[in-house]
Amino acid sequence: MTIPHTEVGPARVPRHWLRMVVIWAVLSAVAIPLIVLVLGPHLPPGRMTSEAGSQRDANTLMTALLAPIVVSVLVFFLYSIVAFRERGAAIVDGPPLRGHVPMQTAWVLFTSVIVVALAAWGSYTLIVSSHGAGGGQGPDPVAVPSHRSQDLVVQVIGQQWNWTYRFPAYQDVETDHLELPNHSPIEFHVTSLDVTHSFWAYQLGVKADAVPGVDNVAFVHTRDDGNFNIRCAELCGLWHGHMFQTGNVVTPVAFKSWISSEQKAEAPNLRYLPPFGRTYFPAPFRRAG
Amino acid sequence: MTTYAAERPLQPAWRGLIGFNMFTALALGAGGWFLGAWIGGQIAVGNDYLIATDQNDVGILMGYLFGLIGWLGGLGFFNYPVSRLLGRPATVREKESGGAARYFTLCTDHKVVGIQYFFGVGIFFFIGGLNAMLMRTELLRPVERAWPAGQYLSLMSLHGTMMIMMTSAFILGPFGNYFVPLMIGARRMAFPRIEALTFWLVPPAGLILLSAIAFGGIPTGWTGYAPLGTEGRSGMDAYIFAFMLIGLSLTLTGINLLTTILTMRAPGLTWTRLPIFVWGVLSTSILMALAAPVLIAALLMELMDRAANTSFYLTSSGGSPYLYENLFWFFGHPEVYILALPGFGIVLEILPVFARKPLWGYKLAVAGMLGVTFLSFMVWQHHLFVSGMNSGLRPFYMLTTELISIPTGFIFLNAMGTLWHGRIRFTVPMLFALAFFFNFLIGGLSGIFLSDVPSDVTTHGSYFVMAHFHYTIMGGLVFAFFAAVYYWLPKMTGVVLNERLGKIHFWLMFVFFNLTFFPLFAAGFLDMPRRVSTYAPSLQTLNDFVSASAFVLGSSMLIFIANLIYSLVFARIPAAENPWASRGLEWQVPTPVPLENFERIPIVNSGPYEYGVEGAPPTATLGPVAVPAAGS
Amino acid sequence: MNRAGRVLAVSAGIAFAAALTAYYIVSYLMMTPPSVAASGSAPRARLTLQTVASLGFKPHPDWVSYLAKNPQGKWVHGTILKVPAHSLVTVTIYQYDTATGLRNPFWGGFHGTVGPVTVNGKAIKTLDPSLASHTFAIPDLGVSVPLKGVADKAPNQCSVAPCTLAEAHNTIVFTFRTGKRGTFRWQCFVPCAAGFILGFGGPMQSLGYMDGLLEVV
Repeated sequence: MTIPHTEVGPARVPRHWLRMVVIWAVLSAVAIPLIVLVLGPHLPPGRMTSEAGSQRDANTLMTALLAPIVVSVLVFFLYSIVAFRERGAAIVDGPPLRGHVPMQTAWVLFTSVIVVALAAWGSYTLIVSSHGAGGGQGPDPVAVPSHRSQDLVVQVIGQQWNWTYRFPAYQDVETDHLELPNHSPIEFHVTSLDVTHSFWAYQLGVKADAVPGVDNVAFVHTRDDGNFNIRCAELCGLWHGHMFQTGNVVTPVAFKSWISSEQKAEAPNLRYLPPFGRTYFPAPFRRAG
Repeated sequence: MTTYAAERPLQPAWRGLIGFNMFTALALGAGGWFLGAWIGGQIAVGNDYLIATDQNDVGILMGYLFGLIGWLGGLGFFNYPVSRLLGRPATVREKESGGAARYFTLCTDHKVVGIQYFFGVGIFFFIGGLNAMLMRTELLRPVERAWPAGQYLSLMSLHGTMMIMMTSAFILGPFGNYFVPLMIGARRMAFPRIEALTFWLVPPAGLILLSAIAFGGIPTGWTGYAPLGTEGRSGMDAYIFAFMLIGLSLTLTGINLLTTILTMRAPGLTWTRLPIFVWGVLSTSILMALAAPVLIAALLMELMDRAANTSFYLTSSGGSPYLYENLFWFFGHPEVYILALPGFGIVLEILPVFARKPLWGYKLAVAGMLGVTFLSFMVWQHHLFVSGMNSGLRPFYMLTTELISIPTGFIFLNAMGTLWHGRIRFTVPMLFALAFFFNFLIGGLSGIFLSDVPSDVTTHGSYFVMAHFHYTIMGGLVFAFFAAVYYWLPKMTGVVLNERLGKIHFWLMFVFFNLTFFPLFAAGFLDMPRRVSTYAPSLQTLNDFVSASAFVLGSSMLIFIANLIYSLVFARIPAAENPWASRGLEWQVPTPVPLENFERIPIVNSGPYEYGVEGAPPTATLGPVAVPAAGS
Repeated sequence: MNRAGRVLAVSAGIAFAAALTAYYIVSYLMMTPPSVAASGSAPRARLTLQTVASLGFKPHPDWVSYLAKNPQGKWVHGTILKVPAHSLVTVTIYQYDTATGLRNPFWGGFHGTVGPVTVNGKAIKTLDPSLASHTFAIPDLGVSVPLKGVADKAPNQCSVAPCTLAEAHNTIVFTFRTGKRGTFRWQCFVPCAAGFILGFGGPMQSLGYMDGLLEVV
């Protein structure tokens, strides 16, 4: 591509593309380690479960990958705005460049490779390495951990406007607060009694829509003790923003003592609870009254 | 031959109010409302659940329906069908002369429709923006203090729905209607009366949506998810009816523009010479024609669940909320490309004019737009990744969503190539066009996070999504809209917009737009869900900063309105015929644009981007009309 | 139009828009139900509430609603309740509505209360969920108490608020503890919004009816 030599001035035409590449390389070389080493450990959702850790790794990798892309485009635009600015008052035309097939081909190939690689890696993470990455997989999850039979099953029931939890392994007891044992595999079955909610346990890295009549399964493996926030992530009416609870990951001993105290406290009401079911349709369901 | 309405003899001003115009339409619409409400009351009498709820959905819907019929009748939309039924001859045009009054009537001049759209959509856009300012007022504090939680939800729903409804035709309405015939060398659109109809459906849609306030508000946000929408108060009927009207308007706009571009191009205007803006309009029209009907269907079913005791979306009676979600997002995802593609068209149209170089990689740009159009129908389930959808399908939708970023990226390459070795002039339209690329870069790349399912588990339903779509829609489309306004208003109105106010508007808007929305990525990462009026107290500083920036952003819009009023009403400095020395065909016609656009159909010589080509003739030969001098 | 005319027209337009905006803000956005203070003061306070099957007056005569008794003894149609911090609050609820039944039977148990919960004077441990007419629940404080419904065939049922003790009702008394200052939402958990899908529309999503705020001051 020849560029007409239209300017009277220095004998050498500045090699704009080289300058841009150098600026980009320097900025990227600074940005990427900063992102991976400094920002990464602070990216959500943390490491309280291995799925949350997978999400955080995904977020870190993508930030680190997208940063040089952002920098490259920004450097080009900002450099061009400065270098190719028309300084006089007259309107002067530039060279009639219409395209450059090798450049376009390279761009198409390069972007396609990055995108397909991201999709492949994302699919691998989702299905193979992180058992669904903490997201709700519906009633027939595809990414299932191998030891599924050992999972602690917790049914999360979303209703307008609070969360309750049922533990089928503990006499189907229902509680309005969530505690989980550490270093354990947990299997959430998220459902709703009325409208669509979304169970979002931030530090656990769990997000699963609570849809009436649907059993939405999400897998997590807890690591160390800690507290986690539970919020609703799907607009469900007046107190949507107030569907907030704090849950705890505690030692298995503490968990067992908590759940037996819950069983004692809920004992008078236990006979009124329906047997554990994947979905929940207690009457009344249509127009009340 | 075309027929014109006869020139009226001088008459008292008030006589002009009588006849088929907007005021008659308002009166008949109001009358229709009361008639329909009464009919609905008769239909639903004795229905015990309507008595228990103290609302009559059937009455309200009938009221809206008859009000709409009254509105359209008052404007005269039934006159032509009736006259044809009575055997009178076909005509194409009506009421195209008559001064300022014709802007308030059914006028088949596409230029008049363009101006009507500009003001009609613009007024509702600013009402939506006002709601946003009121939302940010509430979010100054972590607990509801300004307005109660229920009103906040209505504010938020009104803001979102009004914005989506109005910005879907933000560019195609004013500028597509005004300039596509000029750019393709046609005298009119393919279906002028339908074109007028697409505009005159917008004010009732906007008014009906606002009337939701009187009926208990809207609890669902712009997505209207069943079953929450089904249990809402009558304000939901307003939402559904208004959105259905806009769906109809979009469908008709798409069909009209598609037909016009396909069949009415001037001789010499081959596909490779078509302005890129027209390609953008073409792609958008395909999406409008194919996706908007799905919205109408999804909303109609929700309406029937509410008013007719059906259970399309109620699990307990055999329906499913998933049906609504999938139908809605099958429309909803092409909808966001309906919003984005015209923006691409505008900025790629503007960049060559102010870089004084041809559009670099024209065919790649077209491929990008058509690629986005095609792929946009294959990605919608990325809104449903954690909803309990078939988990085996998630990698497929992850792939298609990632793939759609490839054609989107072509647009950036086109822009970069056009700027390369350009002779760039920083006029206000160019500033907005450049800012588009900055904003869309951030918005588009944040979409990559959302397309990756593990990352989406972190960010779905949080303020991260909010920041993403505001960057693409507001940072993209709305900035492109203002670029188009500053670029084309001198031709549309014959008046110069004040450049200094324009630059103040731009800088305030650009800086404070970024200061408002960039921190929202952090808010989403910090566990703040969307659509909430309460949040963790630790996020108050962040939210206060965002609210303060939002208020300044809102004030930049007021500066724009001030500029409009000052320039159009008071200063009224006449604009040159081609103030930007653009080679576009639309700039070759005189200002004000004659009724018939061209004395004779032009013969197109080349594409409109022949900058830097020695001795290039004008883009089209208009006949005896003088060639505009560059720099006039 | 001459310049003065244009100035006038533009000013009129701006004034009109400002007036509409002000009207929108004041008469719609800022609408909140009245607030009622508890009787007594820290460390013991008393709230008296009633739930009615239909309000009987505008704007929603057929909606279920809570009412609260202010310290002067008058029934107020408001659900913003002011209670003192770090106190024991004893709540007496006169329940005039018939039973709809809980959608989640879990809320038939009593949570977050201090001491026994009495229904018509008798202390009970839990309520049969199908007998619940409404709930008084403050999820942020862990409080939830179902309110027993009046029998469907009971004579002398109330239909217009405020209801009197002469009409068929159940009296539920319970106590809960408040901590530090703050504003907490409270709600009913029984799908009692008659006529609305899922029984959770209308009054169940409106402050002043089946939802309210507890302001701990």
